[in-house]
Amino acid sequence: MIDYENLLSDQVKKLQPSGIRRFSELAAEMDDVISLGVGEPDFQTPWVIRQAGIESLERGRTHYSPNAGFKDLKLEICRYLERRMGLSYTPEETMVTVGGSEAIDMMIRAVVDPGDEVLIPEPCYVSYDPIARLSGAKVVSIPTRFEDDFCLTPEALKAAITPKSKLLIFPYPNNPTGGIMRREDLEAIAEVLRGTNILVLSDEIYAELTYGGVKHVSIASIEGMRERTIVVNGFSKTYAMTGWRLGYAVGPAPLIQQMIKIHQFAIMCAPTTSQYAAIEALRSCDDEIEAMRDEYDLRGKYLVGELNRIGLKCFEPKGAFYVFPSIKCTGLTSEQFCVRLLQEEHVAVIPGDAFGSWGEGHVRISYCYSLRHLKIAIGKIEKFLNKLEGERHASGQGEMSR
Amino acid sequence: MDQLLSLLSEDARLTNAELAAALSTSEEDVAARIAAYEASGVIKGYKAIVDWDKTDRDYVNARIELKVIPQKDMGFEEIAGIIAKFDEVESVYLMSGTCDIALTVTGKSFKDVAMFVAHRLAPLESVQSTSTSFVLRTYKELGVFVALDDTDEREVTSL
Repeated sequence: MIDYENLLSDQVKKLQPSGIRRFSELAAEMDDVISLGVGEPDFQTPWVIRQAGIESLERGRTHYSPNAGFKDLKLEICRYLERRMGLSYTPEETMVTVGGSEAIDMMIRAVVDPGDEVLIPEPCYVSYDPIARLSGAKVVSIPTRFEDDFCLTPEALKAAITPKSKLLIFPYPNNPTGGIMRREDLEAIAEVLRGTNILVLSDEIYAELTYGGVKHVSIASIEGMRERTIVVNGFSKTYAMTGWRLGYAVGPAPLIQQMIKIHQFAIMCAPTTSQYAAIEALRSCDDEIEAMRDEYDLRGKYLVGELNRIGLKCFEPKGAFYVFPSIKCTGLTSEQFCVRLLQEEHVAVIPGDAFGSWGEGHVRISYCYSLRHLKIAIGKIEKFLNKLEGERHASGQGEMSR
Repeated sequence: MDQLLSLLSEDARLTNAELAAALSTSEEDVAARIAAYEASGVIKGYKAIVDWDKTDRDYVNARIELKVIPQKDMGFEEIAGIIAKFDEVESVYLMSGTCDIALTVTGKSFKDVAMFVAHRLAPLESVQSTSTSFVLRTYKELGVFVALDDTDEREVTSL
């Protein structure tokens, strides 16, 4: 018998599995779950984009692409970033990856040495921490708070910086909180970073999804930040293309070239079909982006209104497509709340601590669902809260402060 | 366009409270706006989208294209007005292209509809010809998938 335990890498063994694995398994066993748990659009990829993918297959374009991606695609990415984000990059400063996730992986691996400190504002998307640890980094998490609209404050950043700080992960618009960083917030962060050698990984996968007329501002557009920043973005959220697995990174050529080196050995190139489809997306789908964003906006407002009405206080999301209400009034932990809601009402939401320990006391609710679906789910959550309230009364714990 | 209309055209059963939440306004405001739309005729009515094939109702639906010769005092508008009055007629359109007026007609059976065309439409003086096509199966109706599978293929949870 092979003793796998002894053969596995220590770094890998030390990694904590994703906090919701157990929860997902539980949900997967039920066949009538009303899910509010996904991190992907419910819209189908716009038909013109799918058609471009199909056409590339019909024409037999089924080979590898250049490592860093097709030139046409890189050009269109640069035009898009200029047009919609006011960012100026050349194709040599651009690489196409397998989803934004791979770009995150490549960036971290390209710059982090064992012992380096990686600063991660939490709550946040789940992959930064484990990937940084695989490179031997010491992860320094920086809490962001409800009271600050889940923004990273310059004070908190300053307090976390040491001579070993190598990289700041900058995940805005934020999954799971819906927080964004406005220009003035970014200026304050840039002020802290300017005198340092700290690099920035700006994960802007939700850049197109900001609400209330507030446009996303990239930290790379702030003075002195471009030279230290890798901007990661992709097609999944913007064009409803999650299954196509396509993203990209742009940044200073000396960094991008090293990332391409790893990518070339690990991945070779991003899927060719997806690259052809993405060219079409960038060329002709600006209107679709707006239409989807407007729809998310309505749903988000509806959800926030309803959650506040039934007694779960939440921050009105300024970006992405999640709300992150506090469930502290129930007296349950995030995990207890989610497991009971799933078991008793068959509604799946994600425990906040899956996004780092600072997410405890919250749950993530996605609004990548139709209003009709959200309405049904809200009814069930309300029923669940009323039941919890009843239990509290019965056990003499007093009312929830809903 | 007013987002209130786009919300209602998607789901007319959203309550005023829900609409107010989605639009960041008050229930009173929503109620007043809806009342104004109803009064001015912007909102014409509210109906359920029913898959009649799943019920015991005998139901056929046909699309009929008419070629029409307008006459003095009897233009397209007047002809459409006459046709629209029949209870069997569900919708009437003035068209560009090969026909002049198109309509949808419902009945209990193919024969029902055929009789309606033969006895009610064809004899109208201005109607030069009719072309009737029966609907065999409805896949999508008013933006809602009817006979097509519309299941959510996403995983229950993803981060």
